[in-house]
Amino acid sequence: MATDTAVQGTAPTPRTRERVRPRISRSSRRHSPGKPRRSVLLTVLTAIVVLYSLVPLAWLVINACKTQPKLLDSFGLWFSGKFALWDNIRETFTYNDHIFVRWLLNTLLYVILGAGGATFLAVLGGYGLAKFDFRGRRAVFAVVIGAVAVPGAALAVPTFLMFSKMGLTNTPWAVIIPSLISPFGLYLMWVFAAEAIPDELLEAARVDGSGELRTFFRISLPLLAPGIVTVLLFTMVATWNNYFLPLIMIKDPNWYPLTIGLNSWNAQASTVGGQPVFNLVITGSLLTIVPLIAAFLMLQRYWQSGLAAGSVKE
Amino acid sequence: MTNKALRRLAPTVALLAAGALGLTACGSSGGSGSGSGSSDANAVQSALTKGGNLTVWAWEPTLKQVVADFQAKYPKVHVKLVNAGTGNDQYTALQNAVQAGKGVPDVSQIEYYALSQFALGKSVTDLSSYGAKDLSKTYSPGPWNSVNINGGVYGLPMDSGPMALFYNKKVFDKYKLPVPTTWEQYLDDARKLHKADPKAYITSDTGDAGMTTSLIWQAGGKPYKVDGTKVTVDFAGDQGTSTYTKVWQQLVSEHLLSPVPGWSDQWYKGLGDGTIATLATGAWMPANFVSGVKNASGDWRAAPLPQWQAGANASAENGGSSLAVMQASSNKALAYAFLQYANQGAGVQTRIKGGAFPATTADLDSPSFLNTPFPYFGGQQANKIFSESAKNVLPGWSYLPYQVYANSIFNDTVGKAYVSSTPLSGGLKSWQDQSVNYGKQQGFSMG
Amino acid sequence: MAVLSPPSAAGRPATGRRRSDGGRVGRRRLAGWGFVAPFLVVFALVFLAPIAYSIYLSLYRDQLIGGNHFVGLDNYTQALKDHEFWSGLGRVGLFLIVQVPIMLGIALLVALALDSGRLYGRNFFRISIFLPYAVPAVVATLMWGFMYGKRFGLVASINQHLHTSIPDPLSPSWVLASIGNIVTWEFVGYNMLIFYAALRVVPESLYEAAEIDGAGQWRVIRSIKIPAIRGALVIATIFSVIGSFQLFNEPSILKSLAPNAITTYFTPNLYTYSLSFSGQQHNYAATVAIVMGLVTMVVAYLVQLRGMRKEA
Repeated sequence: MATDTAVQGTAPTPRTRERVRPRISRSSRRHSPGKPRRSVLLTVLTAIVVLYSLVPLAWLVINACKTQPKLLDSFGLWFSGKFALWDNIRETFTYNDHIFVRWLLNTLLYVILGAGGATFLAVLGGYGLAKFDFRGRRAVFAVVIGAVAVPGAALAVPTFLMFSKMGLTNTPWAVIIPSLISPFGLYLMWVFAAEAIPDELLEAARVDGSGELRTFFRISLPLLAPGIVTVLLFTMVATWNNYFLPLIMIKDPNWYPLTIGLNSWNAQASTVGGQPVFNLVITGSLLTIVPLIAAFLMLQRYWQSGLAAGSVKE
Repeated sequence: MTNKALRRLAPTVALLAAGALGLTACGSSGGSGSGSGSSDANAVQSALTKGGNLTVWAWEPTLKQVVADFQAKYPKVHVKLVNAGTGNDQYTALQNAVQAGKGVPDVSQIEYYALSQFALGKSVTDLSSYGAKDLSKTYSPGPWNSVNINGGVYGLPMDSGPMALFYNKKVFDKYKLPVPTTWEQYLDDARKLHKADPKAYITSDTGDAGMTTSLIWQAGGKPYKVDGTKVTVDFAGDQGTSTYTKVWQQLVSEHLLSPVPGWSDQWYKGLGDGTIATLATGAWMPANFVSGVKNASGDWRAAPLPQWQAGANASAENGGSSLAVMQASSNKALAYAFLQYANQGAGVQTRIKGGAFPATTADLDSPSFLNTPFPYFGGQQANKIFSESAKNVLPGWSYLPYQVYANSIFNDTVGKAYVSSTPLSGGLKSWQDQSVNYGKQQGFSMG
Repeated sequence: MAVLSPPSAAGRPATGRRRSDGGRVGRRRLAGWGFVAPFLVVFALVFLAPIAYSIYLSLYRDQLIGGNHFVGLDNYTQALKDHEFWSGLGRVGLFLIVQVPIMLGIALLVALALDSGRLYGRNFFRISIFLPYAVPAVVATLMWGFMYGKRFGLVASINQHLHTSIPDPLSPSWVLASIGNIVTWEFVGYNMLIFYAALRVVPESLYEAAEIDGAGQWRVIRSIKIPAIRGALVIATIFSVIGSFQLFNEPSILKSLAPNAITTYFTPNLYTYSLSFSGQQHNYAATVAIVMGLVTMVVAYLVQLRGMRKEA
């Protein structure tokens, strides 16, 4: 299968893979008799879905350009009043002793340690499950999937009580440790490792007397790169968007991630002092999603090829 | 979000001229000396001299300055002020911490409606032995009553929310509506207003446990009776409740209430553009007007709460919080010293300056407080109305020892009356049933 | 669990053929466990231990008055008779039956359109539709909440300007659909991408065979593409089932805008949350959560069985 072309898989490899395959498939389809290559109708139909996806984001951008009063009394999907985006951004960053910056840094910390760690564990685990035949392999995955089915809200209190006894609540660890588990990441890595690493290669390394860890880092890890990027992006999104867990674990605003901070600004309209800052909530929301979108755009090529291998299953 | 309105008990009126407030707080003299010689009271003084660390959980913004001043005055004391969430969020955190036995603060802000729950669970300390019992004259009756639970004093009142009617004078003038003195008249105004301008409503109400219970309180109702662990819930047979539902049901049925949920962006907008014409709420509201509805400055006025009986002057409390000392605190004497400073001593003045509405009678009666003009209300001396209201709060009201939970299911039950054909009385009845059920499950003996 | 353990299903285990070599296999098994161990240790801490603790909690009842005592299966009998629990479960069941097919349907159609190679600006489409996935649920819900505003929001503006009469999206009869819309918006792109990725690796030989048979586009989709990505479809469905049953963020944040339409028992997850956090009924909340977990597992298993049977 085509995945085997990824064998020399350092960074550029997935890119070539990406380019090669579509070309082949397209050319084969081009031969279908009487079929135009591009269809306006199909494009228009798909454009409706694009519109649906983008309108709320447009709303967010447009309204981040408005002042608080204009926000409340102008048509939502068009600009109105003075262009206040820069003012809003400045105010978002400086409001309340630059707390937004602190939240941003916290989020980065949680993402780097949480998503990074989750990816690392998933890669190790997925590799182990794919390339070593040991008893209980299937049971491992059944248990993982089964556990995912238990509602998170219910685990929250027991987890909180446990963490509290361990002295972890109100520290970054309370957010990071639970983020380390990504069942979907484990699944992806399992499938990906099974496909991307030929057994012969491992066998050869073993014959050469290479230890398992050494083989993993020297031979397998590079082959797994596209899959790793994919899992990393998914765990990043999960950690970046994490809401429920920090909501109960973190009581000190200095350790809030962005999502909780934004929600607290939103709630501020309805609490003491009652200073509504809806414009900051909207601008802050925009600023929150920009880094993620940037990451997705920049890493596009990698994650798509990684995903492709991950889902190839008949 | 049922207890939303209750949460924003808060500061009033940042508009006060700072110079207008120089009076002495009665508390500082009455407080430290009032220990009637008990050893605990002496311990408070020596704790201050000795110093130590305190953790305070509160969301009230004016406390920041109070803590700074307190530390400046007692350099050996270090106070860590943590905003652990507002209202229910904080109680959850507090209860979790108590249960885990770790991370419990020394002092916590607790709203009046929630205090008895913590008192009953013995999570907060009875302050009687520190001399708190002698403070009945220091605080206005509503708040004082709320911190007295089962013969103990479980917190010192921090602020209060005697109710008043805030109305948009511009709208009232435009449609030549009389400022209502009774709820019947209020209903009448509501009809006229909505008829004259179908976009305008007398007020917004989508079901708010705090407001409903406060209005029933003002109507003389006593649906909750609590005697230790013996609890009665009775809306169905309560006189005050039926007085309330009689008028309010008409407001609901005739669609005279704006369906905009309180404290949303649309609500703020409605307050600003005249489509929400009045608010019956606690005296902490002006600060929210100033910060949230800037564009309507000058349009609004305060008036005494309309009456259920013509000529009466009954009032009720809506919102307000106390500071309580947690049972798990390792330095209760020092914690109490902070309470005294913040809620009885110099801290009260600091907080009034910051916009809070006090619970201390000396301040409520002081001329400079009463004469403060409110530029937002066109220069009206609104504190006179609020202080009067504080005196007229009807005695004998009590909340459930699990009011936090009860309020959380208000919209599940009474809320139905706002969006379906269920009558208010029916909604209140099912609220009652579920509250009774919960009480039974929690081991109360339900009468 | 064949779909869920694809490598074995595909007959790929690395060491299968070399069973005879006892010592090395044994060592390698150990190495296998070594690789999986870090994941499992953390997993045990953040999943298994709380679940075990929940099971323990579900056998007790802690009261404000009277303290903590063992009640056996009382909490479970209570849950089975709990009208509010069942109404919440019914609601997410309805959500599952309506929203998941719509979402996956759109995702599949878009993926097929992208894969057909007949679109102008394919890359732009692909990334645009995927973007909402990067928006945190909190932000998405705040955003849609603003837009749903019945008096001054976008819906009101549209009604006013176009003289339409779109019903109030936050009224009790529409709020579930409005939540469905938010969830669909968030996850269409994500699912689309999974399907699209699966389509991209369908072996060329299959298409060539179809071409020789003279099969049309629809025929190719029906007989080749869909069966080829069945695994991805089943996985996406299972994750969507779990997601629907755990619906929490969206209704919980929208509740402040629709306090009477979204009850505290609107979804089972919201119910366990309010039981535990407003009501301090940790024991009962744990019970409801366990029952809910069992229901989810059974449904996910049925989905998988059905997916497999079709394939056969």
